Parts: sequence; C-alpha cells; structure tokens
Amino acid sequence: MSHQHQEKVSYWALLKNGVIKENTIFRLVISLCPAIAVTNSVRNGFLLGSAVLFVQAMVNSTVALLRNFIHPRIRIPIFMLIISGWVTVVDMLMAAYARAAYKEIGLYIQIIVAFASILARAEVFASKNKVGASFFDGLGSGLGFLVALVIISFFRELLGKGTLVGVTIVPVKPMLIMILPAGGFLVTGLLMGFFNWIDMRFYGGKGAGGAGGH
Amino acid sequence: MEQEFLKLFELFIAASVINNFVFTRFLGLCIFFGVSKKMETAIGMTITFTAVMVVSAALSWLVFFYIMIPLEITFLKIVIFIGIVAAFVQASDTIMRKISPGLYYKLGVYLALIATNCIIIAVPLINAGEKHTFIESLVFGLGSGLGFGLALTIMASIREKLELADVPRPFRGMPIAWVTTALIALAFTGFSGLITL
Repeated sequence: MSHQHQEKVSYWALLKNGVIKENTIFRLVISLCPAIAVTNSVRNGFLLGSAVLFVQAMVNSTVALLRNFIHPRIRIPIFMLIISGWVTVVDMLMAAYARAAYKEIGLYIQIIVAFASILARAEVFASKNKVGASFFDGLGSGLGFLVALVIISFFRELLGKGTLVGVTIVPVKPMLIMILPAGGFLVTGLLMGFFNWIDMRFYGGKGAGGAGGH
Repeated sequence: MEQEFLKLFELFIAASVINNFVFTRFLGLCIFFGVSKKMETAIGMTITFTAVMVVSAALSWLVFFYIMIPLEITFLKIVIFIGIVAAFVQASDTIMRKISPGLYYKLGVYLALIATNCIIIAVPLINAGEKHTFIESLVFGLGSGLGFGLALTIMASIREKLELADVPRPFRGMPIAWVTTALIALAFTGFSGLITL
C-alpha cells in the first residue's frame, strides 16, 4: 500500500483486506489458540470473535490517536499496556453480562492480551495511520478473525453435536471426535488445506500458511 | 507430609500430561507450530521456556498475593501479569547477553519468542484463579513447561519425517501439521480421567 496516497485507500478495501487477503487464521496462521479452544460451539466462537473484533478496533483507534506521543523506542510496552487495558474492559463486560459463556471461555478472553495479530496490526498499521483508517483496519482484521471462528465452529458443532447455536439440525448420532480437542485441530487443518486448494486452483496462488508464526 | 507430596505429584502429572497445554487446552499453539520443525530448536525452546515459566510463575505469585490482594487491585491482573512476564523476559535477555554470550547465542532467539506465548500468561492467571500455594504454583509452572516441551519434541520428531513424505500440494506445510496434531491430541485424550483432582 506504500505507493498509494493515504486518502485513496478506501475503508472498504481495508475491511476486505482484513477478512480475505490477510485472514488471521487461514492466511497468516497466527493467534491460533482460540481457534481451537472455543470453537466447539458457534455461540462461543462468535462471542470470542466479537471480543477480539472489539479489542482490535479499539486498540487500533487508541494507538492511532496517540501515535504522535508514543516514543518509538518504548512503543511495544505502550502497545501492550493499551491492549491489556482494553482486554480488561472486555473481560469485565463479559463477566458481568454473559456469565454462562464466561465460565467456559473466560480464560481465553484474558489470553487475547498475548495475541500476535492485535499487536501486529497496531505496529504495522495503526502507528502510522489516521484514526479513521486504523479503526477500519482493526475492524477488518477482527472481522476476518470472527468469520474464521464462526466457520470452524459451524463445522465442529454441526458434526460433533448435530446442532447449530443450540438448535438440533441432524437427528442422527453425531461424531464425538469433532467436539473433542482433536476435532478442532482436524477441522482447522482441513479447512486450511481447502482454502489453499481454492487459492491454487482458481487464483494461481502458491498456497499460503507455510510460514507460520506466533 | 507424604500426602502433600502426593498432591504435588498429581498436580505435576495433571499439568504436564493430562491437561497438556497444547493438546487439551490449546495454548501456545503459535510457538508450537513455529518451532517444531527441527528437533534442535524444539529442545532449545523447551529449556528456555521451562526456566522462564517457573520463574515468572513464582514472581507473579509473589506480586499477586503480597501486593495485589492487600491493595485490592486484583482486577488489574491481566495488565500486571503481562507486565511482569515481559519485564522478566527482557531482563533475562539483557543479563544473559552480558553474563553468558555463549548461552545467549544458543537460546536468545527463543527468549524473544516467549513473550508472545500465551501459556506464559495463562499459567499465572490459572495460579491466581485456582488460589494455588507458592509451591503449587512452582510445580504447576514446571509441569506446564515440561508438558509443552513434550508436545514440541513429539511434534518435531514427526515433522522431520514428514518433510520427506509425499503430501498433496494444498496440504503441504501448515495444514498437514494441523492434521498430525489432531491425531496426537486424540492419543492424549486417552490420559483424561487418569487423575481426578
């Protein structure tokens, strides 16, 4: 994006980039822990995805707002401080208003603080761009994460419990493995391979996800 | 006394094998997939990680029980724990570079990676949540670190072989590593119910 002027990058393009081209889970392969941990039901996947979406958008906005006051040498600790502040906000909100879900995914909400994707967006984008653009960049990246979690949890809940968001869809005996930990790895691996295949078959890509990161 | 020792032992086994962080709690996956390509890096990571884990569990416990609870600021635990871990990692990086350049050359890379590992922040949070005693926190940290090391070593030894296998093209690299992990995780399910705490 360096050759473009800042104003020319439309908010729509930023959103699309976050959801498809640089999808956190399937394309960049970072911040994976929750992708497996909370996706045994669509509700949990959606809740954690929304939490990340919120934190990502708010962190990006905050960093963009303060970018001229943050000394470059201590920027990482400052970013961490901002992130953990927003994570605490989400953590307390969830604990207050979504008690049942919080019992299951509470630990993973707190773990958002160590997500590479959030720090990466703050460092790569928000620390160099205006507030509006940063907000939409965060929104896109968070939305990509949310979509990925919902896709994974869709398959796992449907195949593992035969239900979707708690409503029974398939009346036959479900495959238990899908809601076991192993199923999470399996579904994510297969989906990743599937998206690579689509990329190779229709867009001439070389297949991503080889890099891996943290 | 014996009873207590037994309890610690149970906690250790539970943290390292039964509730293995990688295979049943899904934490530290990023590092797990990142450094499990070669046996050598896996072992380096295990040593560094376990050491950092135990020390940061101890530091967090002390701060939590002697500073945060008396001051009633436990709601800040996320902010404070991440601060402690990051500061400790940064400090040991600097100290190691000055005191033992040889060791730094070998393990320094892993230190930098550790700060982004979610297990390192999860262990203090769990210790605080479960109200572990000081010794229990240490044992829990040690078990978690070694359990993570076990996962890394298993995975690295498989992936070294996997390099030579004829994998369908879209599955090369990450996707096949995930499917492999799924199979190992399935094996680890067999440990569940071994000890009920």
